[in-house]
Amino acid sequence: MNDRVSSPMPSAWPVPTQPTVRRTAMKAWMEGMVYLLPSLLLFGVFLFYPLARTLYLSMFSTNYQGAPIRFVGWAHFAALFQDESFWHSVKTTFFFAALTVPTTVAIAFCLALLVHEKRKGIGIFRTLFASTMGMSVAVASIIWMFMYNPAIGIMNRLLSALGFPAVSWLLDPDTALYAVAIATIWMNIGFTFLLLLAGLQNIDPSLYESARIAGLSYWRQLWTVSVPLLSPTLFFVTTVSLIQALQTFGQIDFLTKGGPVDATNVFVYAIYREAFVNYQFGFASAQAIVLFVIIAAITFLQFRFAERKVHYQ
Amino acid sequence: MKTVRFVAYYGGLCICSALLLFPMVYALLMSFMDKADIFAGRLWPERWEWTNYQAAFKQAPLGSYLLNSLFVASVITIGRLIVSSLAAFAFVFLRFPGRDAWFYICIATMLVPWEATVIPNFLTVQQLGWTNHYFGLTIPFWAMAFGIFLLRQQFRQIPYELYEAARLSGIGNFRFFCHIALPLSKTGLVTLAVYSFLDAWNMYLWPLLVTSDDRVRTVQIGLKQLQTQEMANSWGVVMAAAVVAMLPTLVLLFVGQKQLRKGLMQGAIQ
Repeated sequence: MNDRVSSPMPSAWPVPTQPTVRRTAMKAWMEGMVYLLPSLLLFGVFLFYPLARTLYLSMFSTNYQGAPIRFVGWAHFAALFQDESFWHSVKTTFFFAALTVPTTVAIAFCLALLVHEKRKGIGIFRTLFASTMGMSVAVASIIWMFMYNPAIGIMNRLLSALGFPAVSWLLDPDTALYAVAIATIWMNIGFTFLLLLAGLQNIDPSLYESARIAGLSYWRQLWTVSVPLLSPTLFFVTTVSLIQALQTFGQIDFLTKGGPVDATNVFVYAIYREAFVNYQFGFASAQAIVLFVIIAAITFLQFRFAERKVHYQ
Repeated sequence: MKTVRFVAYYGGLCICSALLLFPMVYALLMSFMDKADIFAGRLWPERWEWTNYQAAFKQAPLGSYLLNSLFVASVITIGRLIVSSLAAFAFVFLRFPGRDAWFYICIATMLVPWEATVIPNFLTVQQLGWTNHYFGLTIPFWAMAFGIFLLRQQFRQIPYELYEAARLSGIGNFRFFCHIALPLSKTGLVTLAVYSFLDAWNMYLWPLLVTSDDRVRTVQIGLKQLQTQEMANSWGVVMAAAVVAMLPTLVLLFVGQKQLRKGLMQGAIQ
């Protein structure tokens, strides 16, 4: 991975006596640790400790302050896997990911293809296409909330102008998740577009040149040059979006609060509600551990895959 | 034929832009409408009004929300730059026992979603007395594996011979770090800064949990407050606040888009 990581200590220098070696090594270690200390300390306090603590809490009943009261072992997990609403939230989350991730990547990919060649004024369009990246979840949610307003929002006015019946969008259990998904896709297009555009621009232009000389049409070029060479980026972007989708929270909190009748009760929102509304910290921790396992598995697979396919330039 | 293609191409781009930007423009237009216009479902204001903006700043402490966000996002950004660049420097230039092991530990942090640690983190911050405090809003976000990788990639572009030469001529590690490594790494630093600022400005779940006081609330949580209080009768005010809240990040994105695109690729993919 990094040639410098595994290279040995410089050996060409005159061989010093044993204690000096040890003292130099000690000094080097101390100095190195000073540079790493801030990161390691913060990771320890705000990442590894809380992860271990979450696992610990997941085996306890807790009081309102989140202090463990009674050891229950794996009972929370057992209860969880029996709980229909848990499986419902798992299903909802993955369905939500299936709605948003492929669509976002596909739209962003088309947009990136449209503007990746250098032309006059193309910079403006690149910036505009990336602009939804500047939308926070709060701002985006407020705008879409109004657009979905059944009485005065633009969506229903558009539908009625086209001769379709009105839809209740966020208020109807059958449409709420789709409505949130549309808003999410819109929000995420910007960042996905930016990464895919960067990926396209990393492709060696001489390959296109050769393809053109070989007389390949635009579509053939797309399938023989762009898509294969972009596949690592596409894979990266897809897994990152998937992980992000599994962590969806803000849109739900703004737009639906998990409702109507749990139709949009995605995983992280369920954890939030369990912990910070119902104060069931132990039970919520068990759910958080499940989330950790799922996301760690996806991330791990991504690492393995990326390691094997390192033909980036 | 050529003109047809030209028009079709740029026409297509304009249509895509219009569709994509529509929600933002819609919000902007609404923020200038009075109640009657909004409830009539108009697209274009009959009369352009600034009153919504005045109300957003007067009825709600939008100004202090904005300052809080600006402060919190800046502190997170600066902290992240310092913490990440120190670690990245050690991973690239320093040689000491156990370094590789620490590096893998930093990689391992990417396996852990923030949401899986949020419950104990909330309890920790509460015990430290950091709720409703800038410490609680910023310090947990200083260390970030992605930042370390991005800057590590950047530092690796500096020839190691340069480091060796500097060492031989008696320049200490910290001086090399401050005076040579950092100035040569502007691309990476700017990328991480833009990314971190956007990320921090838009943060939602954590500030929602650890703030209950208007004096420290960030603008995202302020919007949530405003939405729950005002939505029923004054959409215009809420939209005005939303427009104000999205301006800083939009401007930053317009300025830094190119930089971000080039720099992110370096850290994320290579």
